[in-house]
Amino acid sequence: MAEDKPSWKEYPMAATIHSPGSATDQNTGDWKSMRPVRDSSKCDKCGICWIFCPDAALYMTEEGFYEVDLYHCKGCGICAHECRKEAITMVEEGE
Amino acid sequence: MAETPGDLFLPRLLPPQEFFAEGNRGCQGCGAALVMRQVLKAAGPDTIVCNATGCMEIISSPYPETAWRIPWIHVAFENAAAVAAGVESGIKVLRRKGRYHDRRINVVAVAGDGGTADIGLQALSGALERYHDFTYVCYDNEAYMNTGIQRSSSTPYGASTTTSPSGRESIGQKTQKKNLPMIVAAHEIPYLATACPSFPLDLMDKARRAFQTVGPTYLHILAPCPTGWRHASDLAIEMGRLAVETGAFPLYEVVDGKLKLSMKMETRKPIIDYLKPQGRFRHLKEDDIKEIQRRVDENYEKLLRRAELDEGG
Repeated sequence: MAEDKPSWKEYPMAATIHSPGSATDQNTGDWKSMRPVRDSSKCDKCGICWIFCPDAALYMTEEGFYEVDLYHCKGCGICAHECRKEAITMVEEGE
Repeated sequence: MAETPGDLFLPRLLPPQEFFAEGNRGCQGCGAALVMRQVLKAAGPDTIVCNATGCMEIISSPYPETAWRIPWIHVAFENAAAVAAGVESGIKVLRRKGRYHDRRINVVAVAGDGGTADIGLQALSGALERYHDFTYVCYDNEAYMNTGIQRSSSTPYGASTTTSPSGRESIGQKTQKKNLPMIVAAHEIPYLATACPSFPLDLMDKARRAFQTVGPTYLHILAPCPTGWRHASDLAIEMGRLAVETGAFPLYEVVDGKLKLSMKMETRKPIIDYLKPQGRFRHLKEDDIKEIQRRVDENYEKLLRRAELDEGG
């Protein structure tokens, strides 16, 4: 592993970071044990799940639904709890 | 408020850009990350963030990565407000020399409750007194969460933390939560507000108003913390909502010295609804809960009286 990383001399001075938003590369999605699944027939596209997601792990599709970005979703379950239409359920990973 | 039916579809009208990136290392259900996400949505791209040490710094910038998509500087625990004041003054000087554009820049200092109520209080007080044009955002998760849930002066009465543990001889935190917004209000700044991410539209309205106001402004935002408050991660939004609806964390604004409640509640939910799901209050007995209810009622009545006085005058 050590040889893959650049030497300290190659890092920018004063530990500045030149790539805004680079944390996006991190796969925080593998933290979760429960995964949100949307039932599109119940969803009324209100966007409550999106504004309450602490990880910004939802994005709007062309049809106007909010789709879960499973690469970043940590599986906290807030979207399922807050959904007024009960359109989102948490499902165990691996099922 | 987000609860009225008319507001239901309003989230769709909010700006879609994320300035606080997905892939941050916040715990599951992190209220503070949500606070930052909503505040930055209100702020827009012309924003400079000065961030004190704390949860927000740890989860957003594991070197060499960063979750911020706007200029951001990490500073020590005690001087977020001082650095923000320096940034604001620097911009002013560069403008005078004609080396900076004239667009309005939101200079934002971000710190947790420890970095504000305990360690950063004198820097904050100084910056407010010098009347710098900046906004101070305190996300209040009611303890030093990132180092392992040590009590801060913002921890409420009766909460069990690792440095104020509950037991046979102890109720947990023995002292009252410091009323920081009122300490800040005593500096007679043009705008301050308390907010909670469970009411996102209210929070973003207040944030926008704070950014547009010239002069020092202050936002005190409750950030539910599933790890430190010891409740299920999916209850984070619910906890914030209950804190507001029980009166434990009342939402108000102070504009030019005049206090205005954002949500006047004739009847409030009993405080036990808010305490029960949280593990940090699990040890409380009936008498303790009665005592907490009494204190909450007293504080709320005090706020109501002050709001009436300010509206009449």
